[in-house]
Amino acid sequence: MNRAHPYLPNSVPEIKEKMMMEIGIESIDDLYINIPEKLRFKGELQVPGPYTEQEVKKLVSDTLEKNTHLKCPPFLGGGVWPHYVPSVVDEVIHRAEFLTSYTPYQPEISQGMLQSIFEYQSLICELVEMAVANASMYDWSSALGESALLASRLNHRDTVLVPTHISPSRLAVLKTYTGPAGMHIEKVNHDPETGMMDLEDLKAKTGEKTAAVYVETPSYLGFAEENVEAIGEITHDKKALYIAGVDPISLGILKAPGSYGADVVVGEGQPLGNHMSYGGPLLGIFACNHDNAIIRQMPGRIIGVTETIADKRRAYVMTLQTREQHIRREKATSNICSNEALCSVAGAVYLSLLGPNGLRDLAETCTSRAHYAIRRINDLDGVKAPLFNSYHFKEFTVKYSKKKAAEVNTVLLAHGYQGGKPLKPEFPELGEAALFCVTEMHTKKDIDGLIAALKEATQ
Amino acid sequence: MTVRKFRQADWEEPLVFELSHEGRYGFHPPEAEAEIRDEVNVEWLVPQGIARETPAGLPEVSEMEVLRHYIHLSQMNYGVNSGLIYPLGSCTMKYNPIINEVLAGHPSLTEAHPDQNPSTVQGILEFLHRLKQGYLSVTGMDDATLQPAAGAHGEWTGIMLIRAYHHDRGESAQRTEIIVPDSAHGTNPASAAMAGYKIVEVPSTPDGTVNLEALKAVVGLQTAGLMLTNPNTLGIFDHQIAEIADIVHKAGGLMYYDGANLNAIMGKCRPGDMGFDVVHVNLHKTFSTPHGGGGPGSGPVGCKAILAKYLPVPDITYKDGKYALSYDKPKSIGKVHGYYGNVNVMLKAYAYMLTMGPDGLREASELSVLNANYIARKLMNTKGLSLPFAPEKPRMHEAVLSAEKLSVDTTVRALNVAKNLLDSGMHASTIYFPLIVHEALMIEPTETEPVEALDDFIEVVKRTCELAYANPQEALKAPVNTVVGKLDEAKAAHPKTICLSWRRLCQLVAE
Repeated sequence: MNRAHPYLPNSVPEIKEKMMMEIGIESIDDLYINIPEKLRFKGELQVPGPYTEQEVKKLVSDTLEKNTHLKCPPFLGGGVWPHYVPSVVDEVIHRAEFLTSYTPYQPEISQGMLQSIFEYQSLICELVEMAVANASMYDWSSALGESALLASRLNHRDTVLVPTHISPSRLAVLKTYTGPAGMHIEKVNHDPETGMMDLEDLKAKTGEKTAAVYVETPSYLGFAEENVEAIGEITHDKKALYIAGVDPISLGILKAPGSYGADVVVGEGQPLGNHMSYGGPLLGIFACNHDNAIIRQMPGRIIGVTETIADKRRAYVMTLQTREQHIRREKATSNICSNEALCSVAGAVYLSLLGPNGLRDLAETCTSRAHYAIRRINDLDGVKAPLFNSYHFKEFTVKYSKKKAAEVNTVLLAHGYQGGKPLKPEFPELGEAALFCVTEMHTKKDIDGLIAALKEATQ
Repeated sequence: MTVRKFRQADWEEPLVFELSHEGRYGFHPPEAEAEIRDEVNVEWLVPQGIARETPAGLPEVSEMEVLRHYIHLSQMNYGVNSGLIYPLGSCTMKYNPIINEVLAGHPSLTEAHPDQNPSTVQGILEFLHRLKQGYLSVTGMDDATLQPAAGAHGEWTGIMLIRAYHHDRGESAQRTEIIVPDSAHGTNPASAAMAGYKIVEVPSTPDGTVNLEALKAVVGLQTAGLMLTNPNTLGIFDHQIAEIADIVHKAGGLMYYDGANLNAIMGKCRPGDMGFDVVHVNLHKTFSTPHGGGGPGSGPVGCKAILAKYLPVPDITYKDGKYALSYDKPKSIGKVHGYYGNVNVMLKAYAYMLTMGPDGLREASELSVLNANYIARKLMNTKGLSLPFAPEKPRMHEAVLSAEKLSVDTTVRALNVAKNLLDSGMHASTIYFPLIVHEALMIEPTETEPVEALDDFIEVVKRTCELAYANPQEALKAPVNTVVGKLDEAKAAHPKTICLSWRRLCQLVAE
């Protein structure tokens, strides 16, 4: 059948011919005359299809359903976490007016998106207790990379101090971002008992070259850093920038970075109403204090409040665009253009739904269930959880003395559970350990099922 | 069809904080089971020094209020699937198919964690691998990474590959410059600068192509590479591309292809065949995935074999019927994203590729070019407008008109033409870009707009020009049919009045 494609309204032969006639050409290839003959592609693209919608639905669903069906969400965290996405969030972000709009460069017709992103910025500010947040970065990792570059632009120093147990993938991205600027990344030691940053080592390493000190709390291994204020004081004594990396859900019960002196906050907004989707899209959080020097060095889009000229009505607009690539080109504060706007709208809807009490309830459920799991796992023979003697929020380390972490996971999978991430490739000094995560998505029944399977797997 | 009367919905929507009432909930997270609560006391768990003392200042709003609030806000916004023509040049605002959204919501995808054992996500790895194969065929490249989360992210990744290549050959100290034409997207120089390069600009010729003599004058041992989009931002295919590639390659530099304009040439010609060594493609443009008000996008980077070993880790491998992730790549530039990029967006692009097939992709490109030329030909002779840079040459998927004469004759500028389009329920074209066209109206209708929509667009632009000559004050009033009229942008950016959050707004009101 030679039918006009549903996405191509002008492929109807009469329409196409009429259009060609009106602009004075005989064939479509008359429009491609500037492409030299030798450069024209004469083969067939190696692309499957075309298929009808019904066929595509079946084909793609069949492919995706080759994934293993697990008994419950994976016990994995580390930068992407299983959290429930309320139905209202998905309803809002599927609105065509949001989903299929471009960046709001025409503010008069884009007030809805501008206000939504302004609300996202505002809600993040409340969460972290700072006065400024941008419209989003790609993910936590790129937000971290950009925050290091910002620090160096502000104070013209070149070293970033990071904790021993920084997420290895965030560290890798940080290095890629800062390499071309000639920056160095240095690790600060930790207390072997608690995992907390070693303040003496931090003091020794912080100096005139220190652009920034970066802390993750909860850490990649799940424990909350308890020296956040002292770290800030040491950092500020040496006039370096204090950057805190956070899991926003933890802020339901843990102190906000603004209350312990952080200058810049980065983090991963995925748990705020965004599905895991195998790791993307994510939502890079980037916030700072209302400090004009920092604001003018910020990367990415920022929405501000203004008013209409005629009737002084409150309105929203992209602002400080002179920092950005489309105006400043190679002198821009970052090259970022497309960001994660729709994910930030999801974040705004999510935080509005939960409110202060919902967020606290959620954080309490996560940490309660995680601690229940920690206790039961630690009771098992040949297993220790967690490795560090400190408060863990929803992620924790599990060490096996009789089996290898990868072997344990194989047995768990046979029971329908995805166990924690084996840590040996990233932190060999931790031995046969794994990083587990428990959230509100894991019921007591799920956890009990995991424990039973772990008991078998670790013997 | 005729031009319609349009009025955008306006709910005078308050901020969500202004809807708050103490004690309300919009959502209940589950509580831990009673047995767990008996055993684990949260108050005792969290060390005092780091426990949050006051709850976050979030609003307390019921579920329906939150829903209505954001639906109202959505109605105060404009999308390609809900509006009329969205001819934003350089942005490829084509139809975003619904089936792609449906499939992207499949729980096998949405509920997968990136650190799961690869044996449990074979379906995802399979589609990623197949998408990559299709991508390589469309671009004519040898290998690719899907990791970059957006176009600019892809540009920077691609330039980092070039940097690694020169470094590996011991030439990184001398090759310090990236050449960029004056018509380039702003992201090109910004991305190259982030990768540590100095930017050298080359001018365009009067027919809108790269000035070869100027190029020859700036290439040398210091050249790391050249960034180019072809067709360029004027919508003109640079026929000298083979010569340009030759000049750059002979100087030891590499060629970077900005895929922002790939929608013009799918199945017609390929960056790999034009002499490019590395490319990025915006899946959110050419492969129909929605822009989401600014993102998420996806900017996969393809390259020739000489650069493959520098691509970010991990690679998706296929062996003995199994897909896996490989980190065995000692010369890799490392990672550019925390995980594997915007996988959910990639699924939509994959579904699009299947829906179009090889012939459909080629036909999409051809019709995007036909639509752009149709508009350009019908508007270029309108009083007040012109088609600068070789008006006799056909355009590709977009055309850049100039409203310079209109502006001089009537004071009605490109900006005002744009605002008059908004008043007719159409999105504006891109304006004031590329920088080398004065009073630029950069128009990219895409292939998914029916001819009736093109005719309506042409009529609105013509009417606006006529109105400008007859009664300029009227033409300057727009927009009046949108939620708000002209905004005070200076106030938004002024150090004394700048306000980037509700927290700050409350402070300013209190002062």
